[in-house]
Formats: sequence, C-alpha cells, structure tokens
Amino acid sequence: MPHVSVTVNGERKNAEVEDRTLLVYFLRETLGLTGTHIGCDTSQCGACVVHVNGRAVKSCSIFARQADGANVTTIEGVAHDGILHPVQAAFREHHALQCGFCTPGMIMTAIDMIQRGKATDRSTIRRELDGNFCRCTGYQNIVDAIEAAAKEMAAA
Amino acid sequence: MIPYAFSYHRATSLAEAQALFANATEAKFLAGGQTLIPAMKQRLSAPSDLIDIGQLEELSFIDDHEGAIVIGAGTRHSEVAASALVRKRIPALAELAEEIGDPAVRHMGTMGGSLATSDPAADYPAAVLGLGANIATTRKTISADDYFLGLFQTKLEDGEIITEVSFPVPRRTGYAKFRNPASHYAVVGVFVAETASGVRVAVTGAGACAFRVGEMEDSLARNFTQESVAGISLPADGLNSDLHASADYRAHLLTVMARRAVAAAMGRRP
Repeated sequence: MPHVSVTVNGERKNAEVEDRTLLVYFLRETLGLTGTHIGCDTSQCGACVVHVNGRAVKSCSIFARQADGANVTTIEGVAHDGILHPVQAAFREHHALQCGFCTPGMIMTAIDMIQRGKATDRSTIRRELDGNFCRCTGYQNIVDAIEAAAKEMAAA
Repeated sequence: MIPYAFSYHRATSLAEAQALFANATEAKFLAGGQTLIPAMKQRLSAPSDLIDIGQLEELSFIDDHEGAIVIGAGTRHSEVAASALVRKRIPALAELAEEIGDPAVRHMGTMGGSLATSDPAADYPAAVLGLGANIATTRKTISADDYFLGLFQTKLEDGEIITEVSFPVPRRTGYAKFRNPASHYAVVGVFVAETASGVRVAVTGAGACAFRVGEMEDSLARNFTQESVAGISLPADGLNSDLHASADYRAHLLTVMARRAVAAAMGRRP
C-alpha cells in the first residue's frame, strides 16, 4: 500500500493507506484521533473540519494522500499543556454546545475565521459558519462564544 | 462513503501530469476535488487514476496584465475572494468567489476545476461568460463564448488542462445569486458586465450550462438601469426543473437576479 507522511498536531506520522482513504478516516481509524467527526459525509455539515497547512478544510472531501507532506491540526491539537485554546474556553463559558457532535468542527472553523480576521461582527460570523451545521440549533451561543474568543485573542 | 479503488498520482509539473494522463486508462485530473471527490464517494464517478494537479505552484497566481486580470487555474476560491487586486479591478468576481460553497470548500476548490467540471449550477461559469474571458489550456485558448457546450460538456478534450483564465477588466459588474441554502450552489445566478465592447449578461443555474441573454444585453446597452431588464423574462421551456425549483420559478428568478445584478453594478462608480 502507498505510504504517507503527515505532520499531525506537530508530530510526524508515517502510515500505509489505500489511495482512496479519505483524510478523515486516516485521522480517525489509522491514527485513532476520533475528535474529528463524520457527520453528513457529503461536505455540507462541517463536523470533519481540520486545518491543513493552516487552512480549514473538510477532511471528508480530501484524500489522505493529498495531505502527504502537509501539516494537519485537529481538535486534539489546539489545547496546550492542559490549557484550553481560547475558542474552546469560550465555547465552555458560553454554553456553545449541547450534544457536542458538531463542536470539533465548529471550533476548527472558528479558529480559522478568527485567524483570517473574519470574526468581526455577528453577521459575518454567521456567514462564516455557513458550512457548519449544529442540529441542536444552538447557533446563538456558538456565535456568542466566537465573538468573545475573537475579542480575547485580539487583546492577547 | 468510500469511492471505488483508483490509483493516485501527484504531478510535480504540467508536463508530468499530461504524461501520467496519457499512460492511464480512464484518468481524471484532481484539482481541489470539491465536486469530484463527493461524486466519487457517491460512486457516480469512477476514474482508474487520479492525477493530482492541485499543488502545482505554476497554476496558482493572480496577475495584472494590461487591461486584464489573469488568474491561474489552480487558484483557490478563497484566494480570488481575498485578492485586493481582484476586489479593486473586478469586484463582482471577488464577491462571486466569496459566495461559492463555504469557507472550507473555498480553501480547496479551484477556478480551473470549476470550469473544467462546468456544473450547471456553479458560479464561475457566469463570471467567465459574463466577462467574455479567455480560457488558456495546455493546448489552446478558448473564448468563453465557445467554451460551454452543454450539461457538464465543454470544449476541453481528454487530457487537456486549463492553465489560466484572462478576464478583461470591465467598466462595472454585478453578480446576484439565489443560493440553495444547503448546497450553496446557484439556483439561478446572473452576472452583468458593462465592458468597452458592450453589455454582457450571463446566467448560471437555469440551463444545462451557462448562457447569455441577448435581449437583456441589448436593452441594457440602450439604458443601463434595473427597469431595462425588469420587463424581460425568458420562457420557462427548456430551463432546469428539479426538487429545488421548477422551470417557471427559475424563469421568474432569472429576471429578479438580473435586476439585482444591475443594481449591484450601478452601486459602483462606472
């Protein structure tokens, strides 16, 4: 089987994969990183969002081999030394999750939008969340959390 | 969902990509994959080989040529949307790019991939046809008016790769899209451009592929106002009809979107 070498959350991972292995299955099944979720599996819901070379992508719609040589960050890689990422902390503070299924993708999308300077106001945050579904429909608190995290990260 | 098995190859140059294609039985080029991979997962598409051209740096650029903005086929939608140059010279093109899919899809999807696929509801075909762009490939240059042939059908031949698209800078432009809230594709999208050589009106989402509306173009050339298109409607006969919108509704939307696109263009300095 073909071989890939991907840096995941700062650690170089080498593995054999089938050519048709999607990145999300590589992360979940080969590496055991099950924080990245499979929701719709049709690139609409955003539960599978991870960062590839610093950009948010839907890991159900990219093959693992496309990420060969890349830097991938998943939800498991955003907290450091037991301290939550400001976006994670804001989600907890603002009760921005109910069942929690969408949360990893929401947080990875939120970090990406804040980094791109797009978490400026509530309507822009909502537009940027276009590709992430929360079926508990807890969007209000998710927007609250992202707005608060963006402010905190700008001040830091 | 898991696609049929295939062989993956990452090309390091256009020449290598073409050679790999020639040696495979039923190869497809992979750019951003945001249409192709979902289709493969649904097993609607089953290439023997995927030749990844999505990481060719030679295809990723946005240049200011005299009177035209030239965009490499591998340029991501997010890069077009964020480009200060595109925003300044052809603002409706940047706005259109920002309306494609969602942020994560825009980080992967490419202009060349969108045009090569020619999905009937994709956004870029409206801009390419509306601006009278030229599509350069590994074999020739194709004018937008000759490029779109039908449902997923283009002037591209087997193994031909789009390399760049040259957009003549217009006087003013507007794009208005009635967006499917789930897929984010255009139910109907209308791109209006006032150019040195006349007015162009191009529609996506409503037909088998992007098409122009001559009657609206003539009317706008006489008088570039919303009222000029408000009374013009296309017959529903032959327009797309699916669970999202009937042909009648699309015909109605086409006029409404054309008016909004003209309004958007008029909101800018000519």
